[in-house]
Amino acid sequence: MSDALSAAVSIGFHGLAFAMVLYLISVGLSVTMGLMGFVNLAHGVFAMLGGYVLTSLMSRLGVPFLPAVLGAAVAVAAASLPIERLLYRRLYGGDELDQVLLTMGLVFMSVAGATYIWGPLQQPLQPPAWLSGAVDVGFRTFPAYRSFLILCGATLVTALWLGIERTRFGARVRASVDNLRMAQSVGIDTSRLFMTTFALGSGLAGLGGGLGADLLAINPGYALQNLAYFLIVVAVGGLGSIRGPFAAALLLGVADSGFKYLLPEFGAFFIYTLTMAILLWRPRGLFGRA
Amino acid sequence: MTPIGAVDAFAGRHRYHLLEALPWLAAVATYFVFPDYLALGAQILATILFALSADLVLGYAGIVTLGHAAFFGAGAYMAGILAAHGWGEPITGLFAGAAAAALLGFLSGLVVLRTTGLALLMQTLVVATMVAEAANKASFITGGDDGLQGMVVWPVFGWFRFDLFGHTAYFYCLTVLFLCWLAARHIVHSPFGRSLTGIRENVRRMHAIGAPVARRRLVIYTISAGLAGISGALIAQTTQFVSLSFLSLERSGTVLIMLIIGGVGQLYGAFIGVPLYMVAQNRFSEIDPVYWYFWIGLLMVVVVVFARGGVLGLSDRFRR
Amino acid sequence: MNSPALETLGLQKSFGALTVANAVDFRLDRGARHALIGPNGAGKTTFVELVTGALRPNAGQIRLGGVDVTQLVQAERVKRGLVRTFQITALFCRLSILENVTLAICERQGIAGGLVRPSGHHRAAIEEAHALLERLGLEDEALRPVNTLAYGRQRLVEIAVSLALSPKVLLLDEPAAGVPSSESGRIIEIIERLPADIALLIIEHDMDLVFRLAQRITVMVQGSILVEGPPETIAADPEVRRVYLGERASA
Repeated sequence: MSDALSAAVSIGFHGLAFAMVLYLISVGLSVTMGLMGFVNLAHGVFAMLGGYVLTSLMSRLGVPFLPAVLGAAVAVAAASLPIERLLYRRLYGGDELDQVLLTMGLVFMSVAGATYIWGPLQQPLQPPAWLSGAVDVGFRTFPAYRSFLILCGATLVTALWLGIERTRFGARVRASVDNLRMAQSVGIDTSRLFMTTFALGSGLAGLGGGLGADLLAINPGYALQNLAYFLIVVAVGGLGSIRGPFAAALLLGVADSGFKYLLPEFGAFFIYTLTMAILLWRPRGLFGRA
Repeated sequence: MTPIGAVDAFAGRHRYHLLEALPWLAAVATYFVFPDYLALGAQILATILFALSADLVLGYAGIVTLGHAAFFGAGAYMAGILAAHGWGEPITGLFAGAAAAALLGFLSGLVVLRTTGLALLMQTLVVATMVAEAANKASFITGGDDGLQGMVVWPVFGWFRFDLFGHTAYFYCLTVLFLCWLAARHIVHSPFGRSLTGIRENVRRMHAIGAPVARRRLVIYTISAGLAGISGALIAQTTQFVSLSFLSLERSGTVLIMLIIGGVGQLYGAFIGVPLYMVAQNRFSEIDPVYWYFWIGLLMVVVVVFARGGVLGLSDRFRR
Repeated sequence: MNSPALETLGLQKSFGALTVANAVDFRLDRGARHALIGPNGAGKTTFVELVTGALRPNAGQIRLGGVDVTQLVQAERVKRGLVRTFQITALFCRLSILENVTLAICERQGIAGGLVRPSGHHRAAIEEAHALLERLGLEDEALRPVNTLAYGRQRLVEIAVSLALSPKVLLLDEPAAGVPSSESGRIIEIIERLPADIALLIIEHDMDLVFRLAQRITVMVQGSILVEGPPETIAADPEVRRVYLGERASA
């Protein structure tokens, strides 16, 4: 394989893997912000929690990889429910500033909490033996874990999209995002819908955080460090959109890989510039509603 | 109330009240009562200016921003870089910091202020992250992770030297704060300032009375950025150090917190919230720095949940 | 100089398959007392939004005093004298009514952008605002926040704010909507006493009000103008009766 082509394939591959992680984490945020109109700056906390639970289950309890991943997603989804019921619910449709402060407060608490429980150091992820090493597809090899990430991500994304398009639940979500009052007046229990969607989004975030632990390092400052990335995916994709963040995550993931490979000194700066350019052109995001 | 009485009462809102001298008297008194804490005191004064600048956009124009630290840091780095490269004159350093920050405010405002609400919030965050990233990468000027080294700040007016005990720093910051506060107060009470309140309260109605909303927001955003830049420059000059933390999301977040504690949109929130926060943090950090974040986070959650009508509602009840 | 105060030519607006304004040709004469009626969902408020610039049309032209204003934003049109009130009161609820009117006057006088001028300028605006409140009988509540006033009084403040802008064309969107009959009399009085040189377009459902105030009525149904004419003609028109006034035999 020629060098340039090989480089392009590498960039595309790693970009895709990163995109999957970003998407899984951010899609829940997009729906929360679009559906409930709630600025959840603490969304990264759920992803972080997923990472911590996964690594703790594996290293301290010896749970095998796949069950641990599932366990992490479920645990995070369950943990998110009381937060939604007790705290977030009060502020739906309310003043942005309140939401910013509440969720910022939760982020601060999460930093301290994570340091207390797991200490200040990064939690590394040890992928299982069957996912270490490389996969040989003939003309080249790809890292096994990243390949798994892409496959896993693709499956989940497809399931998610099918779910949104084909199920009653998905229809209710789409209707509510489109016009909340209308949805309520046709009898959709929006309160229950919010809860379920929130738990689903948080669970996915936990999943993404866990799976992506070697791309986005699990440490107490996770929620603050990665907030900008998650918000970029949502802002560029468009609030409330399910597909938009995927396009944005792809863009971001590939650009990030590309720049890391081609222009490592300038790193994220170009990505931010690209983001601002896109937002200048489309203030509501690529797939956002006007 | 008689017709003339109503007009008088309304038109006289901008007049100075005796109570407004209180913070300044307190500040001067502090110089004599707490001579060992002047360095901290100078920091507090400079941070009050930072919070005041944030209050202009947040409390008066209703623009919720998570990226105000970008302007703070821009001013700090500007003044710092000048001082580290041979030009240590403090007053011009302040102006340079203000100009750099205001320019950044203007340019980013052109993009960011085109939307409102969530989209705007996110964009302010992106801009701030960009600036932080740029400062990180340009480490040959900014010093990157290690911070800006080698700042040499000349004495104020060639006479008042910056010493380790903060005597000069304290009065330097106090004077600058006072002048900026006068300016902010004037703006807030001007027709422009009142129109900002209108923009915050009901932007649809502002359009319907013919107000050029976008232009007004850009103007206050730029002014606020400039003031934030001055506060950053003050900190840089009085500590002779600038680091990437000046541009951090944490800094943008904590300035919001300090404002909320004092009360938003009332010009004096900064004067109450900043000293409370910083003194508490100063005490607490000696005990346990990590858990400071826990308690402050918890405070935020509690304040937002239990203050009826949200935090702005609470501070509103004390207004008038 | 015989151009109408306000005119729309082929004004068109659709949201996907739903057409809310169907090539509307409308004309408002100078000094007119004109009413726009129609069943709910006819597109009356949308029409106002298009005309004032809050909504962009897909096609068509809007002319204010003969000048094409289609490309201008709402605030620009307001500066040229095109003013509206809102069907659901849209004021600065937490601010005093004096402040509400003063803000409008400052915009009109062009001093609202002023940062450096001393407050003397401001005082003149405040006095003018107060005088306006007096004309409408609102001066006793001058310093009270809007949201503490009775709803009928709030609607009056809406009108006060619109008058503060020295309108040439005034679009009143259901001025008496939601107001108890004890308070609506005052509103009607004020509207009747509006200066004759203001071109007035009232959107209303209250037929008594319409027939009392209007010299000319336009009936709009599903984004199109059904019929237009003096009140007697409209009242007698069987089409209008069928579509809007109902099948009941009217007196």
